[in-house]
Formats: sequence, structure tokens, C-alpha cells
Amino acid sequence: MLMTVNNMKEILKVDDLCFDYPDISLLRDVSFTVHEGDFLGIIGANGAGKSTLIKLILGLLKKDSGEIRLFTDKIGYVPQKANSFNTDFPATVREVVMANLYKSVGLFKRYKKTDEEKMKNALKRVGLEGYENRMIGKLSGGQQQRVFIARALIAEPELLLMDEPTVGVDAQSVHAIMKLAAELNKQGIAIVMTNHDTPTLVKAANKLLIFCEHGNSEYVARADLTMEQISEIFAGGRAHNHG
Amino acid sequence: MDNIFSYVFMRRAFLVAAVIAAVAPCIGVPVVMKRLSAIGDAASHSALAGIALGLVLNSNPVIAKILPINPVLGGVLFAVIAVLGIEFFRTRFGRFSELAAVVVMSAGIGLTAIFSGFITSGSSNLSSFLFGSIVAISDFELYLTLGLGAAVIVVSMLLYKELFYISFDETAAMLSGVPVKTINFVLMVLTAVTVSVAARIVGALMISSLLVIPVAAAMMIAKSYKQTMVLSVVFAEIFTIAGLFASYYLDWRPGGTIVILGVVVLIAVMLLSKKNKS
Repeated sequence: MLMTVNNMKEILKVDDLCFDYPDISLLRDVSFTVHEGDFLGIIGANGAGKSTLIKLILGLLKKDSGEIRLFTDKIGYVPQKANSFNTDFPATVREVVMANLYKSVGLFKRYKKTDEEKMKNALKRVGLEGYENRMIGKLSGGQQQRVFIARALIAEPELLLMDEPTVGVDAQSVHAIMKLAAELNKQGIAIVMTNHDTPTLVKAANKLLIFCEHGNSEYVARADLTMEQISEIFAGGRAHNHG
Repeated sequence: MDNIFSYVFMRRAFLVAAVIAAVAPCIGVPVVMKRLSAIGDAASHSALAGIALGLVLNSNPVIAKILPINPVLGGVLFAVIAVLGIEFFRTRFGRFSELAAVVVMSAGIGLTAIFSGFITSGSSNLSSFLFGSIVAISDFELYLTLGLGAAVIVVSMLLYKELFYISFDETAAMLSGVPVKTINFVLMVLTAVTVSVAARIVGALMISSLLVIPVAAAMMIAKSYKQTMVLSVVFAEIFTIAGLFASYYLDWRPGGTIVILGVVVLIAVMLLSKKNKS
């Protein structure tokens, strides 16, 4: 495991995290740190525990042992599109995006006029300006995913957790979503992303957490490894020191 | 043809029906969107058990004098216990959580059958709750419906954005700080109250239809959650008011007339909206 030393503010720190499902041993001593401005790519085979790790960070699952420390409460979450909603649900893009203003609006209170501006601004950031009155279920997979990114952005997150955001979308949309993630990262949002498309994620990330075949994980501080080197780590080899 | 509004009981029935029609979709929309329609059935059948118990107690002159319980109030109590029971069973059935509503509904039917055997003051009383009645609404039931109906509308309007969010994406709602468990509990209690007060006029066997059919019709044409809510209320008002007129002049039972009218309109909306799409 490698650690970087820099002056950037820590956003997320995970130490020796372990988690098992009742019959499956999954995460063993996972450790990594996400700083302000980082783009952490989490790669690994299906069932390696990538989405489980995101759920543990979000508090949707309870860890067995180890530490997960979040240094911000401004966390955005972009789910896997296919699992996240019923496309026959009669909701507009406006309704879906504005719903995530709950934290700032509060219980029983209604949206203000400025909230409408926030919603339009969030849609503009994801390239969906003017889509607010469209029904989300009628949009393409890529557009739906960008609506979910806008929903996360409206709460002005410092950390954006994206769980397989390109699953079920066409190649053009994959490119658009990855480009958007890189832009948001440049704007100062720390990103943690899982993605089955390893080459695309390696290209976008500055840090990698690689779930190896033997159930271990390797934290690589800089994503300037070749695909061969990544495959080597993936197969159970030691991480290369690039820190 | 006589004037339908010349009778006090009809004016009262229209008032109660209009309130129920406004209340049912407020609860029906989130219930349908969360795919919890079976809860309406479970709550209404359990309410029926409470109503039957109320009738049993009322039919005993000694108990009725000491503890006069309105059957509708008994229905509210049992329906609330039923939705709490559903929550209890739901967490224990894991992925087969839909069994919870069926178990509670079965208990409700079983208790109704047992209690009905002890009603001595005429079985027509229970029948009026099973299929609905417009002539039997007492002063107390009128005020209870108006009071609880207003409470349900106010609470569901206050929790409008929370109910939308937990219906659309419960995980995201929880992550953004919505008290999901509390809101779900409130929704369940509101459902219990709604089905109980509506049982008198629509009938316990049909009230869940009034929760679901207007929403199903609205979903065919609505282009947003807000429109679904508004159209559901419009459809429910049309079904109940037109259904009451029809039931009066055709001498049909009001609950059945309202529900059948709703189903006919739903099919018509389905066919028309399909035509529009193609």
C-alpha cells in the first residue's frame, strides 16, 4: 500500500477496512485516502467489492472493522442507473434534481425561487440546459445519468461518489460522462468512481484502488501505470511505487 | 325525478365523499409509487375487523352504555395496528417482504369472520361497512371524516417533497437527510386512517381501489409527479361524485358504483392515451 504526502485537505480516509457478507469474504484491510482535488478510480472484477465499498462509505452498510473517516458532510452520490429508479415513475427532471436540496430546505418547508436557479445551474453544468420539464423516464440512458449527476451537484458536494456511472449507456454517453467527471474534478470536487471499464477509468483518475484477484487490494498513488502493470497488480502482484 | 340534494343524508354523503376523494390520492400516489398498494388492502381488511369488534361491543347494551365505541373509530385503531404489524413482519421476511401485507390481511379477514359471529344487532350493519352506505353516516362519522380527512391532507401536503423523494429513490432521500423511517411510518398511519374513514361510504372491500384507480388513470396522462397528484384528485372526485349520483338514481350500492365507474374511466383513459402515443 502506498501513501502520498501532500498539503491538500483530506476528504476521506479509510484504514484497514474489513467487510464480509454472511457467506462471502469480501474486503480485507482496505486503506486509502482521498484529498481535495483527487480522482480515485476503483477497479476490480465483478463481485470484488467495488460497489460494496461505496455503500460502506455512504453508511448504507455497516463495516465489520476498520475506520472510515469523512472530513466533509457535502457528499454527492451518483448510483448505477439501472438499479436506481423505475423509468415509468412520472417525474420531471426538475422534480428529481430539486429533491436533493432537502438538506438546505429542511423538513416541511417549500422550495424558494433561488432553488429553481440552483436546479437550472446544475442542469447547465451537466449539459442538460432546458431539460427541466422533460420526464426523466423518457430520456436516454446517458441523459438520465447526467440528471443524477446534476441531482448530486445541486447540493454542492466536495466529494462525489460515482458507482459505475457508465453502466447501460452508449459509447458516446460514456465519453460524455467521463469528460464531465474530469471537468467537475478540475472544478475542485474530489471524485471516487467505480467503473468496469478499466482503461477509461485509469485514464481519468490520479489514484487507483485495485481489487486484486486474491481478495487483497492495492492502493496506487498515481495512475501513470501501463495497463500491463495494472494487470500485474490485478493478478495479485505488489503495487509499483509511484508515490 | 326527485332532487337528490333535498335529502340531508345525501348532502352529507356528497360532503363526505368529496373529502374522501381529495384525501385518497394524497396517500394513494406515494403508496402506488412505492409499490405498496397491497398495504391498502391489508389496512382496510384489518379496519373491518375493528369495525366488526365495535359493532359487537355496541350490540351488547351493557358494554355500549359503559364504553360506547363508534365502529369507525375501532376501524382506525385496528388499521393503525395492522400497518405497524406489516412493518414488524416486513423486516422479518427479508426479500419476501410482500408477504407481510398478505399475513396482516389474512389476520384481518380472520378476525372479521370471528367477530361477525357475535354481532347480535343485525348483520346489515357490517354489510354497510363491507360495501359502503350513504344513508348510514352519523354526525360523529361526518365530523370524524372531516377532521381526519383535513389532517391527512395537511400532513401529506407538508410532507409533499419528502414523500416524493422517498417514493422516487429511498436511498438518495436517506443520504440527503430525509428521515425515511419516520416518513414511511407517517405514510403508513395516514393510509390506515384514510382507509378506515372511507370504509363507511366506499366500503372496506373497495377502499383500496379508491387509493389506486385514480392514480393509475392519472399516470396514463400525467407528465410529472405534481400533475399525477392533481389529476388523481380530479379523477377521484369525478368517480365518487358521479358514482354517488348514479348509485342514487340506479339504486345501486355506492361503493360498487364508484369503483366500477373508476375502472371504466381508467380503461377509457388507457385506450385514449395509447391512441395519443401511437
